Amino acid sequence: MNTTFTRRELISGTAGVGTAALLGSAQAAAPAAPPSMASPTLPVNSTLRINGRDYRVSHDIRASLLDTLREHLTLTGTKKGCDHGQCGACTVHLDGKTALSCLTLTVAAQGHEITTIEGLAPAPGKLHPVQQAFIDCDGFQCGYCTPGQIMSATACIREGFAKDPASIREFMSGNLCRCAAYPNIVKAVEQARTAGGV
Amino acid sequence: MQPFAYERANSAADAARLGQQTNSGDVHAPTQFLAGGTTLVDLMKLNVMTPARLVDVNALRQQYSGISLDDQGLTLGAFASMAQAAAHPQLNARYPVVAQSLQLAASQQIRNMATLGGNLLQRTRCTYFRDVTWKSCNKRAPGSGCAALEGVNRQHAVLGVDQSCIAQYPGDFAVALIALGAELTLQGAGGSRKLALADLHRPPGNQPHLEHNLRPGELITSIHVPGGAWTARSVYIKVRDRESYEFAISSAAVALDLDGDTVRAARIGLGGMAYRPWRAQAAEAALTGRRLDQTTVRQAAQAALEGAVTHGHNDYKPELGRRTLVRALLAVQAMRI
Repeated sequence: MNTTFTRRELISGTAGVGTAALLGSAQAAAPAAPPSMASPTLPVNSTLRINGRDYRVSHDIRASLLDTLREHLTLTGTKKGCDHGQCGACTVHLDGKTALSCLTLTVAAQGHEITTIEGLAPAPGKLHPVQQAFIDCDGFQCGYCTPGQIMSATACIREGFAKDPASIREFMSGNLCRCAAYPNIVKAVEQARTAGGV
Repeated sequence: MQPFAYERANSAADAARLGQQTNSGDVHAPTQFLAGGTTLVDLMKLNVMTPARLVDVNALRQQYSGISLDDQGLTLGAFASMAQAAAHPQLNARYPVVAQSLQLAASQQIRNMATLGGNLLQRTRCTYFRDVTWKSCNKRAPGSGCAALEGVNRQHAVLGVDQSCIAQYPGDFAVALIALGAELTLQGAGGSRKLALADLHRPPGNQPHLEHNLRPGELITSIHVPGGAWTARSVYIKVRDRESYEFAISSAAVALDLDGDTVRAARIGLGGMAYRPWRAQAAEAALTGRRLDQTTVRQAAQAALEGAVTHGHNDYKPELGRRTLVRALLAVQAMRI
């Protein structure tokens, strides 16, 4: 068999993309009207602004932003760890600030600028300085927590909390790493801060 | 998670109209307000909370998130995020106990999401409350008993408890606020009113499923902390099982007005110890007018934990609470203002 799939392509091909549509920039929308009170069990339509693009998605009212990103929009870089706000694997930026997508309801995420790990790199094929620093410093082992770590690290530098290792560890204590790559994560954050461009 | 209807409130008046069935914070109230959602969405995923309707009040962040300080004191918009207040330079300089209580709480992600008002109403982390497979929990299922009395109660409260519930109030911010005598502004169907923070949370009183004294539809819109000579000389000390991102097993909020080494006035709150945010007035009285030294701080600590009731795994708490308070008092005395 000549055809090969990467894991990511395979996942993308099987995810429920049928319910989501990327909107043209002309359709950039204000939050949709609140869903009807009468029918909490029917799907609702939300418009999400993610990585600078507007997406219209039809979803269950209960859907977390995390599940919508992963299952409907094939933005699988954001990871599901505990799904209860305890591990930080699902960290995204909401209006530039770190937030837990597992505890954010999709319907309530409308009207915010959402940035995921896919939206961090400046151009296709180029890495964001924090991504590069994690590679240079070996800031991960299994890599599952890494997208969340990088989202927190980026905010940590941008908001001026990367001034010393203690401050970095405190700012990033909401991102757990079961491989315990913490020393190299701290090094990566320091390197990215020093290199600039974050 | 159970399905729910979702509505947005664009003003406090909207919220008052839509939130009529919020029932004193009853975990089973059919309507719940959604702000940061860090407690609510978690408990809905656990099926501890199954509201029929969520009223999203996040639009009120626009109107009620200012932070200001003047000679009268500190005013915090209740929809400011915990992170916003924690990073406020003047707040750090003039009310360190308040800023520290926020910096030492939760994680950066949660502090970004959570509002100050929502944080005051954070629900207990009692494992028997959070796990619906336990039949006995008077807070979750009124009249069913309290599994923690005979269970693993290492984290549970020793002050302000009764046989109906020994859940611990998990927050930090409210502990700092209650020490400083904070007052809340509420907006509801009847307009605006004031409520002392000390009167916000209810004692268990055989009805631990009722959490607070807000009227139906009422929201906390601002928090006022009186000014005073002691506010800059203050500290929040938090003891926990790990260095960061963990709830207190013991904490102390202390502010002192000192004349040399003599205490003119003391303000003391205890966290990790009690069923609700706890002001240690007996400890404050034990210090007032006296010289602050090793003897008097120990007497104050003794007074603070007077009446503590333990249930086995949490037998260590009164002594830890006393030592936390001693450390906090000495730290405040040593501050160079």
